[in-house]
Amino acid sequence: MNAEFHLLPADASLNAIQLDRLALCLLLLTGLVALVLLALLTGFAARYRAGSDAARNARSRNTAVEIAWTVTPLLLFLGLYAWGAIDYIALYRPDPAAMQVFVVAKQWMWEAEHRNGRREIGELHLPQGRPVRLVLASQDVIHSFFVPAFRVKQDAVPGRYTSLSFTPSQAGVYHLFCAEYCGTDHAQMMGRVVVLPPADFARWLAEGPTQPGLAARGFALYRQYGCSGCHDAGSVTRAPDLTGLLGRRVHLQDGRELIADEAYVRDSILLPRKDVVAGYAPVMPSFAGQISEEDLLAIIEYIRESGHEQPTNASPVRP
Amino acid sequence: MNTNDATQTPAVQFTSRAQQEEAAAFGMWVFIASELLFFGPLLAGYLYLRLHFPQGWTAASRHTDFLLGTVNTAVLLTSSLLMALAGHAAEAGQRRRAASLLAAAAALGLAFLAIKGYEYHAEFAERLFPGAGFFPSLAGKPQNVPGMELFFILYFALTGLHALHLSVGVIVSLGMAAGLRRPAPAGPNGTAVEVLGLYWHFVDAVWIFLYPLLYLVGRAGG
Amino acid sequence: MNSPQMRPQCDLDLQPVQGDASYLSEGYTLRSWLTTHDHKRIAVLYAVSITLFFFLGGVAAAVIRLQLATPNGTLVTPDSYNKLFTAHGIIMVWLFLIPSIPSVLGNFLVPMMIGARDLAFPRLNLASWYLYITGGIIVLWALLAGGVDTGWTFYTPFSTMFSNSHVVLALAGVLVTGFSSILTGLNFIVTVHTMRAPGMGWFRLPLFVWANYATSLILVLATPVLAMTLVLVAIERLFQVGIFDPALGGDPLLFQHLFWFYSHPAVYIMVLPAMGVASEIIPCFSRRPVFGYRFMAYAILAIAVIGFLVWGHHMFVSGQSVYAGTVFSLLSFMVAVPSAIKVFNWTATLYRGWITFPAPMLYALGFVGLFTIGGLTGLFLATLALDVHLSDTYFVVAHFHYIMVGGSVMAYLGGIHFWWPKVTGRLYSEAWGRVAALVIFAGFNLTFFPQYLLGYAGMPRRYHSYPPEFQLLHLLSSAGAVTLAVGYLMPLGYLAWSLRYGRVAPPNPWQATGLEWQTTSPPPTHNFSQPPVVVRGPYAYSP
Repeated sequence: MNAEFHLLPADASLNAIQLDRLALCLLLLTGLVALVLLALLTGFAARYRAGSDAARNARSRNTAVEIAWTVTPLLLFLGLYAWGAIDYIALYRPDPAAMQVFVVAKQWMWEAEHRNGRREIGELHLPQGRPVRLVLASQDVIHSFFVPAFRVKQDAVPGRYTSLSFTPSQAGVYHLFCAEYCGTDHAQMMGRVVVLPPADFARWLAEGPTQPGLAARGFALYRQYGCSGCHDAGSVTRAPDLTGLLGRRVHLQDGRELIADEAYVRDSILLPRKDVVAGYAPVMPSFAGQISEEDLLAIIEYIRESGHEQPTNASPVRP
Repeated sequence: MNTNDATQTPAVQFTSRAQQEEAAAFGMWVFIASELLFFGPLLAGYLYLRLHFPQGWTAASRHTDFLLGTVNTAVLLTSSLLMALAGHAAEAGQRRRAASLLAAAAALGLAFLAIKGYEYHAEFAERLFPGAGFFPSLAGKPQNVPGMELFFILYFALTGLHALHLSVGVIVSLGMAAGLRRPAPAGPNGTAVEVLGLYWHFVDAVWIFLYPLLYLVGRAGG
Repeated sequence: MNSPQMRPQCDLDLQPVQGDASYLSEGYTLRSWLTTHDHKRIAVLYAVSITLFFFLGGVAAAVIRLQLATPNGTLVTPDSYNKLFTAHGIIMVWLFLIPSIPSVLGNFLVPMMIGARDLAFPRLNLASWYLYITGGIIVLWALLAGGVDTGWTFYTPFSTMFSNSHVVLALAGVLVTGFSSILTGLNFIVTVHTMRAPGMGWFRLPLFVWANYATSLILVLATPVLAMTLVLVAIERLFQVGIFDPALGGDPLLFQHLFWFYSHPAVYIMVLPAMGVASEIIPCFSRRPVFGYRFMAYAILAIAVIGFLVWGHHMFVSGQSVYAGTVFSLLSFMVAVPSAIKVFNWTATLYRGWITFPAPMLYALGFVGLFTIGGLTGLFLATLALDVHLSDTYFVVAHFHYIMVGGSVMAYLGGIHFWWPKVTGRLYSEAWGRVAALVIFAGFNLTFFPQYLLGYAGMPRRYHSYPPEFQLLHLLSSAGAVTLAVGYLMPLGYLAWSLRYGRVAPPNPWQATGLEWQTTSPPPTHNFSQPPVVVRGPYAYSP
């Protein structure tokens, strides 16, 4: 990480360059407006100061000028709006090829878990040149995942999953900040994002303490908490089959329908009475307060994998 | 709203009685506008949550006391009638009649509050107050419970806010009824009673919205 | 022509007969001040109280900037730092900025500018002040009891379930102060509608009255939403019910929507009156009518209305839907248009004028420049893709301080100086006035301009310590803060001095056209010796 100050943070993601271009354009435009106004203010103040011999005949009522300087800013603003909105929407467009990493924010640290199970605290290793999708969760209060070098930020909100997509473009080490005030050590909730060239990243991912992959860990938890007792085929209690659940259409007790996503699975574990599947008794106990956010993500990952022959990267989820 | 002389001299900041009375009435309307924005967020929350928890909403509404709620509606509507008559009497100079009508309207207001208090007492006893002890008896399906608790948060917030406003109205009515015993210059005048009437009708109008939203949801056609 | 002419709004000679007392000599006891119904005395009560709170909030800011002068400052602990920026925000927003221009200058001048003898409800006006003081005392109590550490924005679930500080007490203080705002707004609306002098049609009103009127609409309609939101937060904190807390089934974003629905219009409460002040000062010292009076009046109303529709721009990265983000961004660009119109019109007012530069004019011109910069940086934040990077950084802090401090506070000081002779009957020292204005302008820019750069570089908000590469900019900002503090102390000195030793002011030292200038300085208790009749519009200046 650079200890030197740079006016612009590193351009370390694909969208960073576009964003800086937009910012520069806006800076030039607003700078120009500011300079013109400053020039007019000081110019008029000097030329028409008391005692000067400038001409001071009456000004005419100039509705045309008024309209001109109403419509011109309006059109410029519409253009700026469109540019910003287009870039923003692109930022949130889901990319099926994105590599997923699960990030849990808690007072006052960041934890990340890669799909193969490699976990890290306070650091996030990512491959250069590959689209990344972070699934953000919070254990307690609202935090915000902010990497200035990537020009991206997304709040991690308790009770739901939010996601953040970007493509790191330059190898290096970058600041990770928490950008939503979260209590005493909000300012200490910093981390490092380490972007490695693809080969180095693959090596790093395979190294480290050998652990089962995220989905395998999820499977162990699935059994540990007794989910298999009801949800596996052949159990005495009738419970919905969870194989390949993610992305599937689900019919609920009260007539509603939805597509099962990560949030739905999470809610079903913590608030089982909320969205009961049609045709089943609402007898599932709640695991609220018993399973941590990281374990929830692991179980969800297991359920996601359960529908596939081979683990894949694709996952239809709500952004 | 004391004036030096009920018929001639306006308060010192006004140029005429007409201006003063216009200001008083207009002031009450502006106040009512701000009051709408007090109830507004709660009603907006009601709308949003009802769309999200339709079953919970109907189940919860069945726990309200339909009889007492309806009686209370009649009580409040009658009090508004009396309040309107009080305004007319005061404008016509019939101060004693106006005072009696105000006192009667206030009495009905107190009756409303007493009935509401009884309802609250019963609801606490039935463990319908939101929080850790929330346990509705007629939930039907257990998955309705979260929606029911949210219904009751709004129920207590809306009726509590309404009761607070009604209490203020009752106190002012009683004060004004007492004030009317003094002759015209010292006590309140017709405009004061009319302006109080505006406030009272507003409180009544809020109830007219709350009654169906809170008591009738699960009761029309099952 | 060489000497500037002007035609006041009413033609009658309203000089009172010799020996008529002024509102200041009506009673000298504390009791006469604390039980007054006179809008002018109430304005002075507000002026004294908000000045006290301004310096209290300023002390908090000073400690913050001292802590931030070094990357790992040890001046205060993290918890104390968090309590300091919370105190700074709560005090400056609710106990200083929101009441400042409306309750001080508005209270004093709105009745006079429309030719009335007082506001519609003088006793309600006094009640407003007592509510404000009560709310202020409760907030002080919360601070003295140990402080609040949630930020002035009280985001949930931190404020409802995690903070171990005096949240409910602080909420109560703000709630009570809110009622003060609502009643003041109500008073202004009724006054402007029903008590204008004969001949004072809506389009003859000074723009300062339009500005306070629009502000009052916002006060009356937005503040109740804040009140309900704070009550819900208190209920959740006290009874653990689950409105905002996701662990109990609630929604943290619901809080943000409710909070910002009030707090965005609140920033227009803070800036519209400042625009009104600028619109009085600039024509007077240009000796020209304001350019485009009708456009200016409509722009004020447009800002107030559209300002209610943009609250979601505080939530672009909150987890709000992308669709909602695009709608709020578009509306946020729309609200910038009337503000731009006003800046162009103030500039055009100078054209072909006869311009002098006493302290009020320096403040007003400074207001226009700094408000422009603040407003232009608002465009960066309204731009969705840019806001993803800039949100929750020092860029935002710089933006709102340019508007609130570079804008509103400068305008407030300009107004204080402009109407000082009218309010006190004394003239302040023009030399000191100009020096202070320049020191404040310089100190302000040194404090806050580096923060734009810090923000783009990635420095987040509400941090008590930071990576060392940000130190230079922080140091510049802290140096600016020292300068700014000196600048703010100067008026305290020379204005107080003028009360005793300043030259006695004539009724109309600036040769201004408003009705308030057609009576003595200071005015008699009932403002005018005879009711004025308005015969022309405002700003009938010619150079």
